[in-house]
Amino acid sequence: MTAAATTAATITTNPDRPPLGARGTESFIHLDGVTKVYRSRGAEHLAISDASFDVMPGELVSLVGPSGCGKSTLLKILAGLHPHDKGTVRIGSASHAFDPARDIGMVFQAPLLLKWRRVLENVLLPAELLGLPMAAARERARGLLELVGLQGCEAKYPYELSGGMQQRAAIARALVHDPKLVLMDEPFGALDALTREKMNLELLRIWKQSGKTILFVTHGISEAVFLGSRVIVLTAGPARIADNFEIDLPHPRTLDIKTHEQFGVYTRRIYKLLGME
Amino acid sequence: MDWLQTKAGRYTLGVASHLALLLAWYLFVRLGDVPKFVMPSPGDTLASLFVSDYGWWDNTLVTATEIFGGYALALVVGVLLALLFTWSKSLEAFTLPLLVTLNMIPKVALGPLFIVWFKYGVFPNAMMAFSIAVFPILLTTARGLRETEPDLLDLVKSLRGSRWQLFTKVQLPGALPYVFSGMKVAAILAVAGAIVGEFLGSDSGLGYLMLQVQVTLDTPAMFMAVILITLLGMLLYGLVLLLEHLLVVKDARVS
Repeated sequence: MTAAATTAATITTNPDRPPLGARGTESFIHLDGVTKVYRSRGAEHLAISDASFDVMPGELVSLVGPSGCGKSTLLKILAGLHPHDKGTVRIGSASHAFDPARDIGMVFQAPLLLKWRRVLENVLLPAELLGLPMAAARERARGLLELVGLQGCEAKYPYELSGGMQQRAAIARALVHDPKLVLMDEPFGALDALTREKMNLELLRIWKQSGKTILFVTHGISEAVFLGSRVIVLTAGPARIADNFEIDLPHPRTLDIKTHEQFGVYTRRIYKLLGME
Repeated sequence: MDWLQTKAGRYTLGVASHLALLLAWYLFVRLGDVPKFVMPSPGDTLASLFVSDYGWWDNTLVTATEIFGGYALALVVGVLLALLFTWSKSLEAFTLPLLVTLNMIPKVALGPLFIVWFKYGVFPNAMMAFSIAVFPILLTTARGLRETEPDLLDLVKSLRGSRWQLFTKVQLPGALPYVFSGMKVAAILAVAGAIVGEFLGSDSGLGYLMLQVQVTLDTPAMFMAVILITLLGMLLYGLVLLLEHLLVVKDARVS
């Protein structure tokens, strides 16, 4: 713990970080000085040091960075799966109440559908775990399958779907219990480039229609800029937040926005931070 | 020959290979002029069924009872113990190495002990089938229960799902293909266990009958006994496959 505290203290505060409270008490997620240390065989490894940021309700925030920068760990802390060692984590605000037991939806790199359940039953899993009224949940699940473009696939088994379609079902599953916050951990990382671009467009549409707050972890720089209303850049060794800026590109976004001059400015800014320029 | 690649084509080929074996057997005995006591023809073998004082039906029933009884017990005990042992990480670390050691005991070597403990008859032979069949079921089920994706555990935990929900909705159905792969191995072993039990000590059953007719050098009857034992094994194996077909989704099956 002492080692971690020393390391954390030596990191200078990011000058770009907005002053505390600048984005107001209305932020949906508020992290201040969050530090996480992993201990294995006596050695301490700083997974996250002094992470501070705010996410507004309904924002889609991209967390981008190389492997080992602690972006997945951040998601797990937000999901309540890992405790953090130092700092404050607050989710929810006076106007946007948050129940940690039922307001989180998660999507992972692998679709993780249950092979023995049909698509509709897979989508219903969170509703079952939470003990929600099933008739209403079933109705909602059907609507969500339509939203993600899987109408007509309710009775299929996961193996009958392509990788992209399985991930669509996983997104529907993450939304079925109507969570306020959706955490996505490289959800399109295993898809081929074309399917990935298509899923990016779909995600923006789903985000707009559902109005959810989404945290999207990726190591794709162009993907982070294309999707995010805000991008948080993390660097590894030790993991820290290097930048946090708004993406001022119009909505609805289409793929040709990637040729936009401002798009290039944003991606270059990230490449530079990650030492790739 | 595209037709041979279809389902019906492959089925036909399977039947054809069995008929070819029967024909080869017949021709070998007939053309090679092999004495009946060394190798009887298929016809002689079938004819031995009509020697009524061999009690084919009763002996087959006895062996079937031993195989199916021992197997059913192995299935129940194997799955229940696997559930119990994998419930907690420390219990699993305590019991699984011991099971691997116990699995190394040649179960056939327990035969004389079973006779001391349970005397002659159907029960000790069923116990023999049980003791040899229980380990593959237990070990594969335990493995299946441990194979849950870590991210899937996170998904359930993030929704504050209970240990019981995780078990019934994710772990147990996920382990089912593994249970069946253990059941298939166990089906073959259970038959061997019951027959060895009968060899070691019994007063009925197909294994017992084989020893009786061996004395009189009635080779056709010995062949018939082996065929009936094989058919019992195929019946058990077929039931397991049928059950797997009904319970496990195609994509999830472990070969």
